[in-house]
Amino acid sequence: MIPDLHGFGPALIAGTWMTIQLALASLALGLVLGLLGALAKTSPYAFFRWLGGTYSTIVRGVPELLWVLLIYFGTVNLVRVIGETVGIENLALSPFAAGTVALGLCFGAYATEVFRGALLAIPRGHREAGLALGLGKRRIFWRLILPQMWRIALPGLGNLFMILMKDTALVSVIGLEEIMRRSQIAVTASKEPFTFFLVAAFIYLGLTIVAMIGMHFLERRAGRGFTRSAA
Amino acid sequence: MSWELLIKWLPQFLDGAWLTLQLVGVSVITGLILALPLGIARSSRHLAVRALPYGYIFFFRGTPLLVQLFLVYYGLAQFDVVRKSALWPYLRDPYWCAIITMTMHTAAYIAEILRGAIQAVPPGEIEAARALGMSRSQALLHIILPRAARIGLPAYSNEVILMLKASALASTITLLELTGMARKIAARTYMHEEMFLIAGVIYLVIAFVLMQGFKLLERWLRVDALHGR
Repeated sequence: MIPDLHGFGPALIAGTWMTIQLALASLALGLVLGLLGALAKTSPYAFFRWLGGTYSTIVRGVPELLWVLLIYFGTVNLVRVIGETVGIENLALSPFAAGTVALGLCFGAYATEVFRGALLAIPRGHREAGLALGLGKRRIFWRLILPQMWRIALPGLGNLFMILMKDTALVSVIGLEEIMRRSQIAVTASKEPFTFFLVAAFIYLGLTIVAMIGMHFLERRAGRGFTRSAA
Repeated sequence: MSWELLIKWLPQFLDGAWLTLQLVGVSVITGLILALPLGIARSSRHLAVRALPYGYIFFFRGTPLLVQLFLVYYGLAQFDVVRKSALWPYLRDPYWCAIITMTMHTAAYIAEILRGAIQAVPPGEIEAARALGMSRSQALLHIILPRAARIGLPAYSNEVILMLKASALASTITLLELTGMARKIAARTYMHEEMFLIAGVIYLVIAFVLMQGFKLLERWLRVDALHGR
């Protein structure tokens, strides 16, 4: 049964596309932040360990919605000052940029732990083997450690991505035209809130299912050559 | 920012924090009660018993809390039946809508935690209980549930912290909890950075206190003593 969308179907599809873009952009930023955070937490220098720990503790203790608001409304002066020094007048974060930064920050804080676990799960012998072969520190990380971390971190990252996708709905609060915002507009016009929010809910469910299938294939690809340990 | 401003607005922030604590407290406790039958049914061996809780949990875990809040607060008014029912005074009130939605949302997550915990109870202990002549319901009440409660407690404390953060969404349906209060004050004073930072610090303090409380509870229930047995 397909409900009457009063001609808002294309708008909802455009919103879905915006949600997907936002989720992927935040994922990219979050992966970088998470990897940097994990490296900082396992660093031999106490300062970097402190920095990584503080980042993940503070970001995880504050609601995602507050981050979205803080980054969108709270950085107005800062961004304007930066714009003036670079020579661009009235520089401001767009809702998309602010949403990406906020969600990437939150994803990264949780991903730090996932990556750290994966980093510690790689046997020391592999690093030593790299050293014995005369590889540099950087090459050992890129060629030996990172590809193996990927396989271990993937299930954890998949869970975080599902959470991230649902958190994209928060960015509608600062006016980004994603699924929720488009549904709200449709609700104002059609006076059918239940219909449109239910449709939005099913779009999110659909996206979750697609992400789950995608994760299944990625995990299978990353796990080639490994037998699954019998649970 | 000056300290005078902080002192001026602090009572309002504390009002907001109190509302946040109410929302979280009521929803995680009622959610736990609701999750008990859900989690037990979810770990049933019969497909027919398992299917309904599975659908419920899939819906509530697969869609954003914001959508669920809007469905209850704005959506239900679409139906005349709801507007004429005896429950309408409650369903019209954002406070009750937030509590109902958050409870149903967290119940789905807690039910999954509970299922994991029930399935993690060593089968030998259940068999031992049955061998001692306990009935199935006695074994559930005296062996499985107390054991599962200790296994699931760390995950439950995580869920409480997640709900503390999720409660910020109640501000989108006009409730003046901590985030809503910060937004209101920020709009009035044009000091967005400061007001959101104060709210953030209060959230961190609440989260810290809750974590310490759960640590005490774990020590009291002797959760760590169960490991390594």
